[in-house]
Amino acid sequence: MAEILILADHDGESVKKVTFELITLARTLGEPAVVWTGPGAESAQARLAEYGAAKIYVCPGPDFDDYVVAPKAELLAELAASAAPAAVLLPNTAEGREVGGRLAVKTGWGILTDVVGVDQSLSADQVIFGGAINVTSRVRTGTPIIAVRPNAITPEPAEGAAVIEPVSFTPSETARQARVTGKVVAERGARPELTEASIVVSGGRGVGSADNMALIEKLADKLGAAVGASRAVTDAGWYPHQFQVGQTGKTVSPQLYVAIGISGAIQHRAGMQTSKTIMVVNKDPEAPIFELADFGVVGDLFNVVPQLVEEIENRAG
Amino acid sequence: MNIVVCVKQVPDTWSERTLRESDSTLDRDAADAVINELDEYAIEEGLRLAEAHGGEVTILSMGPDRATEAIRKALSMGADKAVHLVDDALAGSDLLGTSAALAAVLGQIGFDLVILGSESTDARTGALPAMLAERLGVPQLSYASKVEVDGSAISIHRLADYGYDTVEATLPAVVSVVEKINEPRYPTFKGIMAAKKKPVQTMSLADAGIDPATVGLANAASEVTGWAKRPPRQAGTIVTDEGDGGAKAAGFLAERKFI
Ligand SMILES: Cc1cc2nc3c(=O)[nH]c(=O)nc-3n(C[C@H](O)[C@H](O)[C@H](O)COP(=O)(O)OP(=O)(O)OC[C@H]3O[C@@H](n4cnc5c(N)ncnc54)[C@H](O)[C@@H]3O)c2cc1C
Ligand SMILES: Nc1ncnc2c1ncn2[C@@H]1O[C@H](COP(=O)(O)O)[C@@H](O)[C@H]1O
Repeated sequence: MAEILILADHDGESVKKVTFELITLARTLGEPAVVWTGPGAESAQARLAEYGAAKIYVCPGPDFDDYVVAPKAELLAELAASAAPAAVLLPNTAEGREVGGRLAVKTGWGILTDVVGVDQSLSADQVIFGGAINVTSRVRTGTPIIAVRPNAITPEPAEGAAVIEPVSFTPSETARQARVTGKVVAERGARPELTEASIVVSGGRGVGSADNMALIEKLADKLGAAVGASRAVTDAGWYPHQFQVGQTGKTVSPQLYVAIGISGAIQHRAGMQTSKTIMVVNKDPEAPIFELADFGVVGDLFNVVPQLVEEIENRAG
Repeated sequence: MNIVVCVKQVPDTWSERTLRESDSTLDRDAADAVINELDEYAIEEGLRLAEAHGGEVTILSMGPDRATEAIRKALSMGADKAVHLVDDALAGSDLLGTSAALAAVLGQIGFDLVILGSESTDARTGALPAMLAERLGVPQLSYASKVEVDGSAISIHRLADYGYDTVEATLPAVVSVVEKINEPRYPTFKGIMAAKKKPVQTMSLADAGIDPATVGLANAASEVTGWAKRPPRQAGTIVTDEGDGGAKAAGFLAERKFI
C-alpha cells in the first residue's frame, strides 16, 4: 500500500487534534506516514501510534520555527520524491496551505485546499461560497496535495506501528530568507484553539463592549469552548483579530457553535456554516442567523447567557 | 521603491455566487464584481510605503476585460500605473497556472516588493502569496499585520493563532496582508478623475512570455468534477425568552450531550 504523507501540526509539546484527523483520513487511503518537523517526536510517538500512524519521518533540525514555511515545503518535497506517496495531506491552516502551495510549485502536482472529505479514489469534497455550494474535485496532475479543514474528520483510534524513521535534511539558503526573530504570545488562558475546538462560543456586536466579552468567555469556559467573535467585535477592538470567525477570519467547523448577539451576515456565516450543531441567542427574531439555528433563543443576551451559565453550573454541581 | 500590488476582481459576497453549468468555473456574469477586499488593504499598504520611502505603486491584475473596473478603482485610490494580464487562454487557471502567470509578469516588470491580500473571498486558498514567493525565489512575508521597511531591510508581524511572529528579511520580497494592518482610503473625486489618465498596460500570454500549456482550464492540475447547491439546514427550534431562555438553552445542550 502506498504511503500517505501527513504534515504533523504540533507545537513541540502537544500534537494538534487535526493531525489525528489527518491520520484517520489517511488510513482509508493508504499507509499513514507522519512527517514530524522539529523536536518532540519521541514524546508524541505513542499518541500518533494510537491513531494508526504506520511511520513517522522525524526531522528534528534545523529549527523549522526559525524560518517562515519554506523549509517545511523543501523537506516535504524531498520526502515526496523518495517515498512516492499516493497523496500528501496537510492541515488547512494558514501555514498548512502555504506549505502545500510551495510543494505544488516544486513538484508541479495539483493542490486542493479547504477540503472536508476525501474518498478512496482521492476525490475531494469542498464547501464553497460561504457554505452555499458543495463541490467535488480531484487532482489530475501528479500526486494530490490536499489541505483538509480542521474538525471536518472525526479522529478515530486504531493501532499503528509508528516506527520512527530519522530524516536528515538541510534547507537551502533560499528557504531561509524569511527569518523569524521573535514570537509574541497573546494572553489566551487555557482555552482550546479556535479552529480545533469542538465547541466555539462567539460574541457579536450585541455584546456591546470589550468588558462584556467576559460574559462570552465565562460561557465558553463552562463549556470547555474556544471564544470567537464577529468582525463587528474585532473591528471595534473588543477582542483580538485572530479570534474573528468568517470570510476574512477563521473557518470553524465545531460540533457546537454558539452565536451570541450576532446577526448572521453572509460573511460571518461563511466561517461557521458547516458547524454540526448551531445555537443562537439574539433579541431580534428576524436576525438571519436564526435560519441556521438548531436551537435559538429570542431574547436579551444579558438575561439569557447568565442564566445559561448558572444552569450549567447547577447541572455540573 | 518599486512596489507591485496584486489585485483580484471577485464576485461580491453579497450577491449570489454560483458556478457555470458548462465547465464548473465561477460564473462571473451572475454576480456583481468588486476588488477582493483584502487587496484594498494591500493597495493601502503599498501607497503608505511609497509615501514614506518614495517609489511607485503598480497594480497587477490577471482577469477578464471586466477586471479593468477593479484596476481603475485601485488607480483612483492613488496607485501610479497598472498591468492587466488578460488572455482568453487564462480562463479557468488553477493555483499553479495563476501563480506561474503572475510570476512571469513580475519577472518581466521587476519589483522590490510585491504585496497581496492574504486570501481572496472567492477562491479562499490563501496559498498564492507563498506560491509566488516560491516561484520568484524571494522571502515570503505573509499574513502581515504590520510592515516596516528600512533601506533594503523589511520586517513584519506575521499573524498567528497565538499572537504574532516578528519576521525579518531583505528586499525583494513578497508580502501578504491581513485586514488588521490599516484602514484603506476611499478614492477622492480628484483621484477618480486622475485614474482615467493613468497608464494601464495590457499584456497577453505572448507579451508576458507565458507558455499557454501551463495555464487555463484545460491545463489545470486540479478540476471540479461535480457540484450542487447545499440543501438548506433543517429548521430548528426557536423559543422566546420568558425568563426561562437560559434554562431552555441548557436543556437543549443537555439533550445533545454537550453538558
Ligand atoms: C468583504 C467583507 C468581509 C467580511 N468578513 C467578515 C468576517 O470574516 N467575519 C464576520 O463576522 N463578519 C465579516 N464581515 C462583516 C459582516 O458583513 C457583518 O458586518 C458582521 O458580521 C456583523 O457582525 P455582528 O453580527 O456582530 O453585528 P450586527 O450585524 O450589528 O449584529 C448584532 C446582532 O446583535 C443583536 N443584539 C444586539 N443587542 C443584543 C442583546 N442585548 N441581546 C441579544 N442580541 C442582541 C442584534 O439583534 C443583531 O442581530 C465582512 C464584511 C465584508 C464586506
Ligand atoms: N487573478 C489574480 N490577479 C492578481 N492577483 C491575484 C489574482 N488571484 C489572486 N491574487 C492575489 O492573491 C491573493 C490571495 O488569493 P488566493 O490565494 O486566491 O486566496 C489575493 O488577495 C490577490 O492579492
